Amino acid sequence: MNILAMDTSNRALSVAVLSDDRILAEKTTDVNKNHSTTLLPAIDQILKDSHLTSDQIDRFVVAQGPGSYTGLRIGVTTAKTFAFTLHKELVGVSSLASLAGNIRHTNALLVPLFDARRDNVFTGVYQRDDHGQLTNVVSDKHVPVAALIAQLKMLNEDIIFIGTDVAHFAERFRAAFGQQAHFADDEANLPHASELGLLGAQKEAVKDIHAFIPHYLRRTQAENDWLKTHSDKGHQPYVEEV
Amino acid sequence: MESKRELILAFESSCDETSVAVIEDGTKILSNIIATQINSHKRFGGVVPEVASRHHVEYVTRCTEDAMKAANVTYDDLTAVAVTYGPGLVGSLLIGVTAAKTIAYAHHLPLIPVNHMAGHIYAARYVKPLEYPLLALLVSGGHTELVYMKAAGEFEIIGDTRDDAAGEAYDKIGRVLGIPYPAGKEVDRLAHLGHDTFNFPRAMIHEDNDDFSFSGLKSAFINTVHHADQIGEKLSREDLAASFQAAVIDVLVTKTIRVAKRLGIKQLVVAGGVAANQGLRERLAQVVKDEHLDLDVVFPPLRLCGDNGAMVGAAAHIELQKKHFAGLDLNADPSLEFAYAATYQP
Ligand SMILES: [Zn+2]
Repeated sequence: MNILAMDTSNRALSVAVLSDDRILAEKTTDVNKNHSTTLLPAIDQILKDSHLTSDQIDRFVVAQGPGSYTGLRIGVTTAKTFAFTLHKELVGVSSLASLAGNIRHTNALLVPLFDARRDNVFTGVYQRDDHGQLTNVVSDKHVPVAALIAQLKMLNEDIIFIGTDVAHFAERFRAAFGQQAHFADDEANLPHASELGLLGAQKEAVKDIHAFIPHYLRRTQAENDWLKTHSDKGHQPYVEEV
Repeated sequence: MESKRELILAFESSCDETSVAVIEDGTKILSNIIATQINSHKRFGGVVPEVASRHHVEYVTRCTEDAMKAANVTYDDLTAVAVTYGPGLVGSLLIGVTAAKTIAYAHHLPLIPVNHMAGHIYAARYVKPLEYPLLALLVSGGHTELVYMKAAGEFEIIGDTRDDAAGEAYDKIGRVLGIPYPAGKEVDRLAHLGHDTFNFPRAMIHEDNDDFSFSGLKSAFINTVHHADQIGEKLSREDLAASFQAAVIDVLVTKTIRVAKRLGIKQLVVAGGVAANQGLRERLAQVVKDEHLDLDVVFPPLRLCGDNGAMVGAAAHIELQKKHFAGLDLNADPSLEFAYAATYQP
C-alpha cells in the first residue's frame, strides 16, 4: 500500500511517501512559509523522488488537528480532495499523536503540546505499551496550562514534553515536576510525516470523505457567544445547496 | 478527429457560498452547485470569517461531486480547472484554491486563477455576448466600482467608492431597521411600498469625478432614526427604505450613465449582489428609455448575481484563451484588485 502523509497543522510542514512500512521519501521544513503555497509543490517533489504519481497512492493520511486552524484546513482540504477525486482512502491522525510517535523506547508519559495562547495549550497524553505501541492516555483537548500540570501531577510518572512550543512553558514544568520532567530534542520536536504515515497505516479509512473536517477542538468565539443564549437543536441547516 | 468540448470545472469560495460549476465554452452552464451558509451567519448578524472557512471545508468536495454528476462529465473530459483566488476572505478563498489546485494536480489539468470581480462581470455572458468597449457597474457588499473594459479580459477601474460599498450600506441600515442580515432584498421590498420623503443626501452626485460615497447617507439615515426614537416619533419603515434606496440608486445611476455617455459605451453590465436589486434594475431601464440612449444594459440572471462557480467559469474561458495559468504555489490574494485606469483621479 502506497501512502502519502501530510502535516500542515503548525508552523512546520512535513510530507512523506511510504510503501507499506517503508519510508520512501520525507520532506520537513520549519521556515514559517505559507503552507498554501508550499504544500502541493512539496508533495509534487516527494512523489517525483519516489517515482510515483498521485493516482498510485492508495491512502492519504493527514494530521487532522489540533493546530493552527488555517494550517489544518489546508492539509485536510488537500488530503480529502485527493482521496475524493482519485477514489482513494483517507485517514486522519491526531497531530499530537504524530509528535508523540517521535519518541520511542520509553514508557514515560508522552505529552506533545501546541501553544494555544492566553496560557492555554492543545495537548493530549500518550504512552507506549509493552509492545511499543502508542496508546492514548488522555484524549486531545484545549486546556489551561495549570490544568494540564494538575492532571499530570496526579499521574505521577516521568514525563517527556514534546513540541517546539514546549520552550514557552519549560520553566513551569521544571518547577512542577522536577526530575520527572524531560524534554524532547529538536529533531523530535518537529512533526515528521513519516511517523504520521506509519500511524495512519494502522487506522481504518474514513467512511464519509465529504464529512471529514479538522479536529479544531475549539468552537469559534462567535458560536460560543451565540450558544450562550440560543440552542442549535432544531435550527435550520447552517449550510444548504440552493 | 472530433473536436473536444472545452469544459472548465470552476470553484468559488470567496465569502459565504461554496460553489462549483462545470461550464462549456464559457457560455453554457452544465452545472452550478451553490451551497450557501446564510442560515449560519444570520446567527451572528454578518459573515464570521472563521465560521465561513469551516463550512467551506465541509462542502467543497460535496459540491464538486454534485457539479460533476449534474454535468454528467468525467475528469478526462475536462479542459481546465478554474478558481477564484481573490478578492475575498482569505480563509474562505484558501479552501477553493486548495481544492482546485489539488484536483488540477491529480488529473494533470491546467489551473486558471480568476479574479472574483471579473467573475461577477462575466456572469452577464450567460445573457448574451459581451461587446467592447464595455462598462461594468460592480455593486456588492464589498465593492462599488465602475470598470472599463476595452477588450475581453481587460479591466480598468475608473470609479470607486471612497468609503462604504453600496451593499455594506444596505446591511448597516438594515440593522437599524431590525432586518436580519443580509438586508438588501428586504430593504428593496420595503422600498417598493414607500415613498422618498426624507430626501437623504446624494453624496458626490454632482462632483466632477466618477467615484461614490455612501457613508454620509448611512449616517444621515441612522441620525434620522435615532432622532425620531429620542422624541418618541414613529417613522414609516417603508418610507425610510424608499428614501434610502432612492438616494443610493440616484447616485449609482446618475454617475454610471454619465460615464457611459462620455466614453461612448454601447453595453453596460450591472453585476454583483446588488445587481439583484429591483429598484436599480427598474431605474436604469427607465433612464435608458426616457433619454433614448443607445445603451444595452445587461443584468445577469438573479441566480448568477450572487457568488457562484458559473461566473468563475465564464471569466476563466477568456483567461484560458490568453493562457493565463497558475502553478501549484497559487495563493489566495484577499485584496486582489483591478488596476486603476491611468486617467483615474481620486
Ligand atoms: Zn461577490
